[in-house]
Amino acid sequence: MPQPDPLTGRAQATRRSAGAQLDRLHILPLRLEGVVLERRGVRLLDELSFQLERGPCSVILGPNGAGKTLALRVCNGLLPPDAGRVIWDGPDAHQAARGRALVFQRPMLLRRSAWANVDYALRLRRIPKPERDQRIETVLRETRLLTLASRPARQLSGGEQQRLALARAWAMDPSVLFLDEPAAALDPGSTRALEEAIRAVRASGTKIVMTTHDLAQAERMADEILFLHQGRLLEQTPAADFFAGPRTDEARAFLKGEVL
Amino acid sequence: MSDLTAAFSTAVSLILSLDSDLVEIILLSLRVSGSAVVLAALVGLPLGAAIGVLRFRGRRALVVLLNASMGLPPVVVGLLVYLMLSRSGPLGWLGLLFTPGAMVIAQTLLVTPIVAALTRQAIEDLSEEYDEPLRSLGASFPQRVATLLYEGRLSLATTLLAGFGRAIAEVGAVIIVGGNIAHVTRVMTTAIALETSRGDLPLALGLGLVLVGIAIVVNGCAQWMQEVARRAAA
Repeated sequence: MPQPDPLTGRAQATRRSAGAQLDRLHILPLRLEGVVLERRGVRLLDELSFQLERGPCSVILGPNGAGKTLALRVCNGLLPPDAGRVIWDGPDAHQAARGRALVFQRPMLLRRSAWANVDYALRLRRIPKPERDQRIETVLRETRLLTLASRPARQLSGGEQQRLALARAWAMDPSVLFLDEPAAALDPGSTRALEEAIRAVRASGTKIVMTTHDLAQAERMADEILFLHQGRLLEQTPAADFFAGPRTDEARAFLKGEVL
Repeated sequence: MSDLTAAFSTAVSLILSLDSDLVEIILLSLRVSGSAVVLAALVGLPLGAAIGVLRFRGRRALVVLLNASMGLPPVVVGLLVYLMLSRSGPLGWLGLLFTPGAMVIAQTLLVTPIVAALTRQAIEDLSEEYDEPLRSLGASFPQRVATLLYEGRLSLATTLLAGFGRAIAEVGAVIIVGGNIAHVTRVMTTAIALETSRGDLPLALGLGLVLVGIAIVVNGCAQWMQEVARRAAA
């Protein structure tokens, strides 16, 4: 008898099935030590240090220009830091690139069907076809896209496209999934559907790290908050504590909706 | 005026009766230009894609050079190929001068910069959108280039058609390296030049009509592909 997950209330066996076919790599915790990113003499990330553990959903919160997206790109190896270190840990740390995935704010979908978009990512990982097909079907069903599998991906709605990008990343069964403001351009209904899909990914055992400047979404999704301001980490704290009483003036001002 | 009308009517009858000389010239033209475009695609597509994706010192100068080489004068290319393939030239031992092979080489040199430059532009535009996401999916450099080429396939097909248009309409290079020898290296453009100078207007006009027809078909295909690409990008 499958046990219900405390987070979503859905059966764990169903969720595990999405990650059952690949051997998930274990590359967490992730440590950033004194990461600096400079462009034209301006420090965009300023001595950024934090550690992300397996398990809780970490939300990187902060105003526009705080460095949230840059932090995700550094974590993913897309931007090498000018100083400092990004250290992946765990038994499979040497294969960190294969254990992480990133969903961009604007989903990049290839000019092919929804199914073929997910298939493309799995073929890069040299997954055999029968396993690929099973896995694609699972993630598309879990993200409520299975009926749209044969539709050209770029003709889907914004919310469907973002869910497809999520499904494609999930299909690779990452140890950690980074989401860069995934609901930034979505209507409330699409945002809710996307958040359900993110919870399903999380319930399958994938660590979620997402950025947002949407306080309500952060409250709904976060277990812990990393508050960034001007490229610096000002707080890393459990979400309940952060929203009950942030420690810094900047975070308090941000929660009040003041311009920082 | 009546001479022109008579020439035009004879030209049409030559086309409709599939005159053997006319057909031979058309088929050789298509074979030479088609081969040149295939070779230019083999070199120009990966070269243009690599320049579109890679960032390296001197890239900007290379792009300027590549764009400028799209306007290479055919007679200059013909002259260079002639010098290379002539008996005293470095490649004279190949014995290619005044053969269709020499014409293919000359047209390949003319078309490759066009294919490479237009491919570079198309792939660079795609790369801005796709490069980071593809890297985040774990695609290697060759896999990213192959994906971008596939994603831009319709634009690149248009590029190849533009290259074909340049090759099939070109006269300066092929007349120098081919010599316009009957039944050997005579193609539509060189035949039109020769027959006009000899006063045999019907054959020249007939070939001219076929050439214009090919140009219309090629441009029609290019436009159709662009529309398909635009719809696919939606």
